[in-house]
Amino acid sequence: MYRYDEFDQKLIAERVKQFDRQVTRRLAGELTEDQFKPLRLMNGLYLQLHAYMLRVNVPYGTLGSKQMRRFAEIARKYDRGYGHFTTRQNIQYNWVKLEDTPQILKDLAEVEVTAIQSSGNCVRNITSDQYAGSAKDELADPRMYCELLRQYSVLHPEFSYLPRKFKIAVTGSPNDRAAVAVHDIGLRMHLNEAGALGFEVLVGGGLGRLPYIGHTIRDWIEPEHILSYVEAILRVYNMHGRRDNIHKARIKIIVAQMGIDKYRELVEAEWERIKDGPLQVPDEEIERIENYFAPPQYDALEDETELLLAQSADNAGFDRWQKSNTVEHKVSGYRIVNLTLKAIGLPPGDMDADTMDAVADLADRYSFGEIRVSHRQNLSFVDVRQRDLLELWKALDELKLARPVLDAVSDMICCPGLDYCALANARSIPIADDINRRFVDIDELADIGELKINISGCMNACGHHHVGHIGILGVDKRGEEFFQLTLGGSSDQNASLGDRLGPGLPQADVPDAIAAIIDRYKSLREQGERFLDTYRRVGIEPFKDAVYGDKDRKAVA
Amino acid sequence: MALIKHGNLVEDLFTAVGDGDELPSKGAVLVSLECWQDNRAALLERADAVGVRLHSDQSPELIEDDLKHISLVALEFPAFRDGRAYSYARMLRERFGFKGEVRAVGDVLMEQLHFMLRTGFDAFEFESDDPVRQFETAMADFSVWYQPSSDGKQTATQLRHFPRR
Repeated sequence: MYRYDEFDQKLIAERVKQFDRQVTRRLAGELTEDQFKPLRLMNGLYLQLHAYMLRVNVPYGTLGSKQMRRFAEIARKYDRGYGHFTTRQNIQYNWVKLEDTPQILKDLAEVEVTAIQSSGNCVRNITSDQYAGSAKDELADPRMYCELLRQYSVLHPEFSYLPRKFKIAVTGSPNDRAAVAVHDIGLRMHLNEAGALGFEVLVGGGLGRLPYIGHTIRDWIEPEHILSYVEAILRVYNMHGRRDNIHKARIKIIVAQMGIDKYRELVEAEWERIKDGPLQVPDEEIERIENYFAPPQYDALEDETELLLAQSADNAGFDRWQKSNTVEHKVSGYRIVNLTLKAIGLPPGDMDADTMDAVADLADRYSFGEIRVSHRQNLSFVDVRQRDLLELWKALDELKLARPVLDAVSDMICCPGLDYCALANARSIPIADDINRRFVDIDELADIGELKINISGCMNACGHHHVGHIGILGVDKRGEEFFQLTLGGSSDQNASLGDRLGPGLPQADVPDAIAAIIDRYKSLREQGERFLDTYRRVGIEPFKDAVYGDKDRKAVA
Repeated sequence: MALIKHGNLVEDLFTAVGDGDELPSKGAVLVSLECWQDNRAALLERADAVGVRLHSDQSPELIEDDLKHISLVALEFPAFRDGRAYSYARMLRERFGFKGEVRAVGDVLMEQLHFMLRTGFDAFEFESDDPVRQFETAMADFSVWYQPSSDGKQTATQLRHFPRR
């Protein structure tokens, strides 16, 4: 993991002190709420329906056990004993007090964690593949570039008042687990024809009211130029992005209006002017940061194929978990383990303080003290010895973190919705709960296979509904909550936006509709087809028929 | 309204001339882009300094060729949230090598002075009971910077590997 040096540490301390003054000025009435708002947002502090919410960064989803323990302490001391892991690999506290926030930020800074720019019209937390550094299918480890970008974006003097928020995601694997195509900038590491490692740069992707898949602005760029290229994109956006309408202010809109070719022309012209300047990353700095991401001290081990087979034969629960929740590792004898935060009865992504502490202990014991957060609101231990899997499974099972549902129906992404959020139109957590209770049978879930359901409580799409295999969007119709379904979305390397199935449904009808869609899929699927594959082959009509039947499809809502 | 330049409270030597107003016969003037364009020849003949005030949708590219005749560019923040002028200031300093005064005007808040100074502004017009103290407080907020910018401050990366004395 990256560790702060004296410069990082000092900057964070200075930032906390500055925020302390800003809060004091606000409490003394020297700053109006209007003036204070962008300042608190750039320190992660939102005013929600019932209380202030603090969003804390987990840079590119990488977390140390010590930091997790601090999250637990903060949950106990300043909140109601729990936190919520988000689709941006962050953690949110829902019940903090304004006057406590400077102290919370101090407590976090002690363990090298910040809330800087977790909100506001600026560059947000850099996100990445939760398996970075350990994935078997990885071409290169993206973390060092994420860290470069983190530092580059923190307190950027020119880009702290952009037209709108700005999200950057990086993947080092051809199998995109970071959803780079639906980010303002997506960076995809790959080799050019000469075999040199660089980045494909995508721009203008995003969800929200007007979803777009990103366009490739440049096929390949050398790693040492990545900051200058990002700066050129940001500068063009800062000067040309729309500021007349908040709903049209994201970069995706200006790219769509201008056309990607024109946008590229402006970026390339700007980049030519700055590429050989001080943003070029010196080799010494690449080496310095890379050292922090050197592989841990793996034991020289063989794959434990036979042991695992024997353990699985003895224990059906372990067998299912291992097949569902663990993933191939690049080093023999190791495995990546996913902790599913999708227990029945709990909002997806929520975790209480005691569980956080227990997870930190398990990370120390089994995975070099490191924890990852995924954009699907799960956690991962990415370096677990195969011989430890059975023991770890037992421990996770006791913590209710071993439901073998990774990427299955129960593994939903779900925003906080109207239970917490000031923007929401509908409650998304109860929908997730209804679906969860409808599909409790683990064998049935395994039979259905990979099916990603994403739920958002409003058009702002924090629950990524556009890119769910099944997307669910809460809308308000004359004071009543309705839910619109979309099918066929995906945020991976073959990203697509879902197609709208039909009129919105009342909450009570959603589980039946999901069940009908799944039944239709089961009757249509061919050997080895996931839901998404079947959908792409047969199209939307059979599913419309399954949900709405003969009913007049326009009459419902 | 106070004017802070190079950290000091100073008197504004420029007279702001509204569109349609008569140009004073002498003394430094600050005019709009439209006024500059309409009266360019007359303004060039003046012995005294001329400044141009740009709205946030007016890029300094529009006066690039005239910058050698201009002593002051005032960049407007119509609302503190509108961050275009940060890019314009850097454009003036880094791309056009402008050495004159770059003044922040409009909705300028203490909390933003730091970013403004870093991007090349050297003068700030803002509302304050104690502008010098506020300016100094804002300037003392940070001593570490990650990004290279117009102020030429050494970045954390530079300090780590090749610090200048």
